[in-house]
Amino acid sequence: MPNQVVTQTGFGCFVSEPRVGDAGGVSTETLTGARPSGAELRAFLHGLPGVDQVGADERAARLATRSIKTSAKAQAIDMAISMVDLTTLEGADTPGKVRALCAKGARPDPSDPGVPRVAAICVYPDLVGVAVEALQGTGVGVASVATAFPSGRAPMEAKLADTRAAVEAGATEIDMVIDRGAFLAGDYLTVYEQIAATKAACGAAHLKVIFETGELATYDNVRRASWLAMRAGADFIKTSTGKISPAATLPVTLVMLEAVRDFRDRTGRQVGVKPAGGIRTTKDAIKYLVLVNETAGPDWLSPAWFRLGASSVLNDLLMQRRKLATGVYSGPDHFTKD
Amino acid sequence: MSEPTSTDPISTAPPGTGRIGVRKTYKLFIGGAFPRSESGRSYVVNDAKGRFVANASQASRKDVRDAVGAARKAFGAWSERTPYNRGQILYRVAEMLEGRRAQFVDELRAAGQAKSAASTEVDQAVDRWVWYAGWADKLGAVVGSANPVAGPFFNFSTPEPTGVVGVIAPDSPLLGLVSVVAPAIVSGNTCVVVAAEPAPLPAITLAEVLATSDLPGGVVNLLTGRRAELAPWLASHMDVDALDLAGIVSGGAELEEAAAGNLKRVIRPGSGDWSEEPGTARMTAFLETKTVWHPVGV
Repeated sequence: MPNQVVTQTGFGCFVSEPRVGDAGGVSTETLTGARPSGAELRAFLHGLPGVDQVGADERAARLATRSIKTSAKAQAIDMAISMVDLTTLEGADTPGKVRALCAKGARPDPSDPGVPRVAAICVYPDLVGVAVEALQGTGVGVASVATAFPSGRAPMEAKLADTRAAVEAGATEIDMVIDRGAFLAGDYLTVYEQIAATKAACGAAHLKVIFETGELATYDNVRRASWLAMRAGADFIKTSTGKISPAATLPVTLVMLEAVRDFRDRTGRQVGVKPAGGIRTTKDAIKYLVLVNETAGPDWLSPAWFRLGASSVLNDLLMQRRKLATGVYSGPDHFTKD
Repeated sequence: MSEPTSTDPISTAPPGTGRIGVRKTYKLFIGGAFPRSESGRSYVVNDAKGRFVANASQASRKDVRDAVGAARKAFGAWSERTPYNRGQILYRVAEMLEGRRAQFVDELRAAGQAKSAASTEVDQAVDRWVWYAGWADKLGAVVGSANPVAGPFFNFSTPEPTGVVGVIAPDSPLLGLVSVVAPAIVSGNTCVVVAAEPAPLPAITLAEVLATSDLPGGVVNLLTGRRAELAPWLASHMDVDALDLAGIVSGGAELEEAAAGNLKRVIRPGSGDWSEEPGTARMTAFLETKTVWHPVGV
């Protein structure tokens, strides 16, 4: 595999360091360049400081109590709309439904040209072509899930073929799922290699790595998965597929935001975050924006570095936007469903 | 508050027992639950002689919004129930109303009515509710029709509920309230009711009746507070499909104008005499007509 050249520099540095098992002891070079060995990766991930679960829950809950009103709210709504990855991932998706979704993504509220377009439309690989055609000239990206989404249970060749097909069809972003079975079994190197291989298959397309945090059980695992994916070359780390409950939660996103912040401090490379699933209301979306600002910082407050994977939240954002514009409460009957 | 005395109309503790009565906090009724106002406000309800009776929640526009959301959520299931089943549930409400007679009489007396008048009004209210309950499975036969058409079709029209009805309840605290709520929900609509401002307690007691009947949560949502504050939000809300302005004395034109924003069906304020024969007007005002062309002979 092309970018998995083994060099001993990082590894050697790691062993000679007295603080084995402490993330602080790993050099920048190790974190970005070299392919690690299984033992080194394991030692590194288990050496990450544990997450204080109560503290993370408490911190996320406290940030969620911020009240964002009037002009700040209007700004937050527009920002949230521009960060939405408008998603349809159903077995019943048709080209017609995808085209309708694309039209909505490019012009969320047909009666108001002031509404920003969404960041991307997220579809299954076989519908990427339809979305690319429908979105030509709009500036909206096309994201495609790949690697046997949502379970990730397929041979590696199939996953890579899935990825290449999506990229060839014109997807600008690939959302891959990690092999949770391997991760939970402690086989971190397999997960690392799969991410690296998929990244190589992506070419110029951005790679988002989905952890499915609802299946990872602990915040410690979320932190480990974040560092693992970032080391393997992920451009974005994403919470969930949206097919498992619980999907994105504030504390999980908090842990991931801390990871991308620390990773940039250590390596200078910035990685994006995408919570997905379970974000339904404007209030939810704004809570995530507050969390980003307070945890990772304002550098991440842009569609290039933070995305909201959702479908129903867009209508609520539009309803709230129209409430602010007209002064009367709006209703769901006045917006398209898909 | 001073110790409850025998003249205290709502006191629960018998005088002279030394026991401290459990005083009731009157709350809103939204989605089948009894929350306080989102705003945390309350207002004092006095009896006809100006003496303190209770504190009632003073709802805000966000309570209106939440109530409309609850009503919209309840609409699907309630409108899809068979009319017979809706009728049964409304009869059940009447049974529960009957069981609370004494409490309603006390509250109407606190609102300034004589004992006999209060008793009569409770009777009329229960009878009115039963009268509307009976209409549940008859409305379709009276308002619907089989239409003669020049073609091989069986063509028929049936009444359908319009959706969420906003109700500004009249000052008549029980009979008036029953006379505007029952016709709105009997046909399958759900409603958000702004209770009579001066005497909201019978409305909250009615909510307790509804909560202990089989009426699904959210079909009736009751708000207490200032009409002038709440009515414009209800009238302009784009997710409300109809508006009953029974309790509006002045400023109705502005509300009708706001209601035109999404073409709400509006009932204008009437005579205010709730003891007269109601007729079917209040039920049919909140109906839409669905016409089906069913091919025959093919």
